[in-house]
Amino acid sequence: MQDNKASAGRMPSASTLPSVSKLPGKKTGRFITEIKKNFWLYMLAVPAIIYALVFKYIPLVGVSIAFQDFNPIKGLFGSKFIGLDNFKYFFRGSQWLQITFNTLWLNVLFIVTGTIAAVGLAIILVELGKSVFVKFNQSVMIFPNFISWVVVAMFVQAFIGSDGGYINRWIEAFGGAPISFYSEPGAWPIIFIVVRIWKGAGFGAIIYMATILGIDTGMYEAARIDGASRMQAIFRITLPMLKETVILLTILGIGTIFYGDFGMIYTMVGDNSVLFPTTDVIDTYVFRSIRTSGSMGMSAAVGLYQSLIGFMLVILSNQMAKKYSPDAAIF
Amino acid sequence: MTGTKVITKSQSRLMSKGDRLVPIFFGVFVILFAVICLAPFILVITASLTDESTLVREGYRLFPSKWSLEAYKAIFRSNTIPQAYGVSIFVTLVGTALSMLVTAMGGYAISCKQVRYRNKIAFFFYFTMLFSGGLVPTYILITKYLQLGDSIWVYIIPALLNPWNMFMLRNFFNDIPEAFKESARIEGAHEWLIMFKVVLPLSLPALATIGLFYALGYWNAWMEAMLYISNEKLFTLQYIIMRIIRNINSATQIAGEGASSGTIVPPSYTLRLATAIVTIGPIIFLYPFLQKYFVGGLKVGGIKG
Repeated sequence: MQDNKASAGRMPSASTLPSVSKLPGKKTGRFITEIKKNFWLYMLAVPAIIYALVFKYIPLVGVSIAFQDFNPIKGLFGSKFIGLDNFKYFFRGSQWLQITFNTLWLNVLFIVTGTIAAVGLAIILVELGKSVFVKFNQSVMIFPNFISWVVVAMFVQAFIGSDGGYINRWIEAFGGAPISFYSEPGAWPIIFIVVRIWKGAGFGAIIYMATILGIDTGMYEAARIDGASRMQAIFRITLPMLKETVILLTILGIGTIFYGDFGMIYTMVGDNSVLFPTTDVIDTYVFRSIRTSGSMGMSAAVGLYQSLIGFMLVILSNQMAKKYSPDAAIF
Repeated sequence: MTGTKVITKSQSRLMSKGDRLVPIFFGVFVILFAVICLAPFILVITASLTDESTLVREGYRLFPSKWSLEAYKAIFRSNTIPQAYGVSIFVTLVGTALSMLVTAMGGYAISCKQVRYRNKIAFFFYFTMLFSGGLVPTYILITKYLQLGDSIWVYIIPALLNPWNMFMLRNFFNDIPEAFKESARIEGAHEWLIMFKVVLPLSLPALATIGLFYALGYWNAWMEAMLYISNEKLFTLQYIIMRIIRNINSATQIAGEGASSGTIVPPSYTLRLATAIVTIGPIIFLYPFLQKYFVGGLKVGGIKG
């Protein structure tokens, strides 16, 4: 701080005499000049910067909780340092394997099924051309995307709940025995997939539709003249042309594969431990341990484990995306 | 590019028959999927309009034998839900306005070419998307050090900025021809004036898009309520639903608050569903208007194919 002030005092001469810029204060001097020159522009960014500092960077300091026997009363600086004990405790149990597996496995399922559904829908919608009929149907399909997971969870309960849910009514109508879904862990990955496609396929199709509409129509023209059928055109032109977008979005999806879909899973499953074998992911585990006032230190350790591996995956996936398509990488 | 070469010459007369079937098949599929997308809403709406004892006796039905508006009446007569509605509306309106202001200001600053450190500042925000401290440090920061627990601002302040939206806006600002700004600058306009009077009015589709993102985020918030709020007067609608899903008793309680005198069965099951419908009401209402901006804005900020 003092150094800045000192160079600020020197500042006017620094701008008039170029030789002064060779002095050690050069860098701070240039910094001050720049800030002064575009002061009001920098001021515009200040609220956002303060926000990020407080809510994104300060919590990074809080990561040290992972190495503490954290006591809320003693706080961040008074709690006892215990090294890697929190991590040892977490990795010694069997739960870490389960939540890690569930997180990865569910995300793989979601990426694969979500991509297939969105691509398929995009192709079909584009094939049908532009009409009021297509527009209307598309609007209907995009709508569920905007509904909160809480409301979706309510719908799911109305459908598969054991107290007279639609699905069980239908099963009974056909003479089957009702299934109590909320105590059937095996069914949940499928329920998740169905609900995600219901909620997200219409919206996910938008980006693929944009890609398809960007394909040179001359290619289809040429294919038609050569006698190709529409299905052939789809499989031999549209799909290969979509390959790049699909690979790119998949790579980006891999970047966040270590983060479970908390909003969906927690609203639908909640604290129903019967379903944990197939539904408990890292995010729900951490959330629960905060709420049930488990060890803050261990929750933080699990969070850090997720952040670190998640960070590596994002970097890796971005590197891959860059290699694959230079202008696709985010950074 | 390889597509055209691969396609072999085949009998066009044979194919044209199949070609005529393709749109029919696709059309049927599209209608089916749209119906599936819409069906849950219809089914839940009809169930919420069913008479409570009929619902308990017959279960959910598309055409219940007895209709009733009792659940909706109970919702609006109770204290809980109108109050939660108020909280949700406040959080959404104030939150979206503040978020858009902070995002647009930051996005504009890092879009200006004359700002030498714009890329450094951008990376400062970008890093927050790559690595986070996790939920626990944030939780402790908010409850212990910022003392935001049990305050309505806990919904807004920690969610004020999404860097993704800021970058989307920056990209949009970058595409605005420099000449617009330059001419204002020559006339001696202040940088802030240029932003608010020149750049932002030219960016309405992008602003509408991020506004929608933020508004949906705020409207759909429930986790904050679960973690930080214990005062029932500050619950959002979404959190009320969350509690209802977990525990039918909270629905019964609300139904009891709002049930008309002389009701034998408080409409708790129908009230659950009616609450969900009431919650998505504003989204249905705004949907056609927002969709128009939204798809256009998404293309602007989306990943290039």
